[in-house]
Amino acid sequence: MLKKLYHQFASPKTYVVLVNKMYPYIFYFSLCIYTIALVWGLAYAPADYMQGNSFRIMYLHVPASFLSQSLYLVMAIAAAVFLVWKVKLAAYMIKSIAPIGALVTFIALVSGSIWGIPTWGTWWQWDARITSTLILFIMYLGLISLHGSFTNFEKADKFISVLVLVGFVNIPIIKKSVDWWSTLHQPASITLTNKPSIDPSMLYPLFFSMIGFSGLIICLVILSSKVQIFNREGNKSWVKDHV
Amino acid sequence: MNKIRKKRLVSVMTLIATSFLGVYLILSALNSNLDYFYTPSEIINAEIPNNKRVKLGGMVQMQSVIRDGTNISFNITDFSNSINVSYNGVVPDLFKEGSGIVAYGMIVDNRLIAENIFAKHDENYMPPNIKIPSE
Repeated sequence: MLKKLYHQFASPKTYVVLVNKMYPYIFYFSLCIYTIALVWGLAYAPADYMQGNSFRIMYLHVPASFLSQSLYLVMAIAAAVFLVWKVKLAAYMIKSIAPIGALVTFIALVSGSIWGIPTWGTWWQWDARITSTLILFIMYLGLISLHGSFTNFEKADKFISVLVLVGFVNIPIIKKSVDWWSTLHQPASITLTNKPSIDPSMLYPLFFSMIGFSGLIICLVILSSKVQIFNREGNKSWVKDHV
Repeated sequence: MNKIRKKRLVSVMTLIATSFLGVYLILSALNSNLDYFYTPSEIINAEIPNNKRVKLGGMVQMQSVIRDGTNISFNITDFSNSINVSYNGVVPDLFKEGSGIVAYGMIVDNRLIAENIFAKHDENYMPPNIKIPSE
């Protein structure tokens, strides 16, 4: 029974039918939440005592940075699942997440640079946090081009999965860079162990923005994964009806 | 779990463990070379030769800021040692006595002639009307 369920979920067809059903709900829900978060954060939250209004870019910067790392984590899990169990859907997911991951990492880098000008007085410095995030961006690009350089898809899936797992080592480095080394970037404001060091009036819209932005990015991943499934399984009869 | 999958799982685990171990060795070899700035104590203890460019980070010492036109002089402190910094130019908005600062420039006779001043900001965010909790 459990085995049957697992095999069903791992089939691209069940996945497509499921996400097709969920897609409109996720999209409109996240769009509403992110709109609320932006209006709340940009218009109603108070200005910061040190940074004034420029801190408001955090409602884009924080969710984008959060997703740049979480999407990689999802890719790493998919890579392990693919290498051990040879689940094809997992391989398709890696391929579909990589460009979205590159996009959010790019947003994180650009919004961080824009934030840096009024606060730090510079838009780029080679500190550990900024450099490790740039490496993450380059890794996403590398994964995309590596997969594209193979003519044999099966081989490409295998190589890309190995590379995703090797590159995963960068994720804890990004996370801990602000604690292990001195950086220009601030240490984490929200941690699992301590009370957030952001005032609730600024924190609630931040939570909303993280949920809403994540939902919108999940929608992009769904769309991108359907393209992958169409590319790889387009000759199968069910694809025409569902994708 | 059948034998082949178990074998694959072991190889995946080995792959992850090896890459973590490799990067751990690299990072521990690089050690503090990955730090963005030196503290005043590190600079004083290391006896940096004259005319070498460094980044010095710490707090702007209270009552140490002297302005003269566009020239500004102040001390950067880590609360055990402090180094005098002089700079000609516009400092970032967040530059204040007691705030975190990184100065980049040359060490000349235990003083820093800064070419750039960057402001650090900490992880605290709050409205201006709330009293800042004392440390």
